[in-house]
Amino acid sequence: MEVSYFPGCTLKQTAKNFETSAISSSKLLGIELKELSRWNCCGTVYSLATDDSMHHLAPIRNLIRVQEEGSKEVVTLCSMCYNTLKQANELVRAEPDRLQKLNDFMYLEEDYKPDLEVYHLVTYIKDNVGYEKLKDKVTNPLSGLKVAVYYGCLLLRPDSIKLDDRENPRIMEDMMEALGAEVIDFPYHNECCGSYHTLGKRDLVIERTNKIISEAKLDGADVLVLSCPECDFNLDHRQKNTLEKYPSFETMPVLYFTQLMNIALGGDLADCGFELNYIDPIPLLKDKGILK
Amino acid sequence: MKINIKNEEIRSERVLRIEEIAGENIFKCYQCGKCSAGCPSADQMDLLPNQVVRNLQIGKVDAVLNSKSIWICASCFMCWTRCPRGVNLTALFEACRQVKLRENIDEVGLKQTIQEAEEMDIPQIAVISVLRKLTS
Repeated sequence: MEVSYFPGCTLKQTAKNFETSAISSSKLLGIELKELSRWNCCGTVYSLATDDSMHHLAPIRNLIRVQEEGSKEVVTLCSMCYNTLKQANELVRAEPDRLQKLNDFMYLEEDYKPDLEVYHLVTYIKDNVGYEKLKDKVTNPLSGLKVAVYYGCLLLRPDSIKLDDRENPRIMEDMMEALGAEVIDFPYHNECCGSYHTLGKRDLVIERTNKIISEAKLDGADVLVLSCPECDFNLDHRQKNTLEKYPSFETMPVLYFTQLMNIALGGDLADCGFELNYIDPIPLLKDKGILK
Repeated sequence: MKINIKNEEIRSERVLRIEEIAGENIFKCYQCGKCSAGCPSADQMDLLPNQVVRNLQIGKVDAVLNSKSIWICASCFMCWTRCPRGVNLTALFEACRQVKLRENIDEVGLKQTIQEAEEMDIPQIAVISVLRKLTS
């Protein structure tokens, strides 16, 4: 099956490994992620000011691109893109006047009719492949790998866009179990990583990284799994700064869920792009017998 | 601690503007503190989320607008989703930032932000978010 795919800017730059591993693993599941022929930045943060329509133009313009391609569904990977596109879609559905205003502003575009759905890849796989079938397709199970699943904020909140129950989600845990991993109980699964404060308030992020990774370690995890290039930067790359501040800090590999899925489904290792991970997961994965 | 509450401050123009931008009624809050209990940034804040709302309720808008808290909030939506009264604190914090930004008071400098981003491979989403949230 083919589905429209919105990559967003970061997957083309610092998080290329998220995209390559997603395209590869989706293909192994029979899903062709077809990148939109044109797209722009989603705006990254959904505007919460009720009198601000300007910042909803970017996400809605992207949804017009999806509509132009005759598609009723669009899949995203980045949590920030997912949150912004989906919240904007829900907004114009709830407020027809706002939609009219945005359509009038973009008078050279065709009108947006809010009848398409924004999906995160996890939901798309669960709904269209199913975890039973996913399990059947596993050729290299993640046996013995203890995984802490980290959702962060933007996949679970606010309620209008949540992938699953926002306090006790299971959607990514069930996926990891289908891939053969052992999921550990991890209370910081829906905490905030400090997000964009990584630029300007680095110390705040270092404290978060220390807290979140140390807790995962304490709970017995081998790796942390997530779905956001921002969380990934803070929880993986900022481990360098965390270690400088706290010499006794113990590092841990942080992976995109698609990287583990690609390994479990027998995808090409090159598509995992592990060279972009700050903490190299390869020694651990070899130690567990998951990689040869 | 003695606090002087002035009648004319309680519904001042800036308080009304914050409510209008957020689309929220600050008097829905009954100060249970669940927002502050769940806020992952509370330990970094000089005013806790429930204190931000309380200050707005009693017209102490300058205390809120001059606080670090409104800039530390990264809109993770925890406070709003856990509020038993459904108060959208995430939008109230955004409105407080907006009031300052619309008065042309930026929280960060553009040049310094771009420079810092270039020194390290900061994800593009972080750069855009900082510019969107912390500059006018």
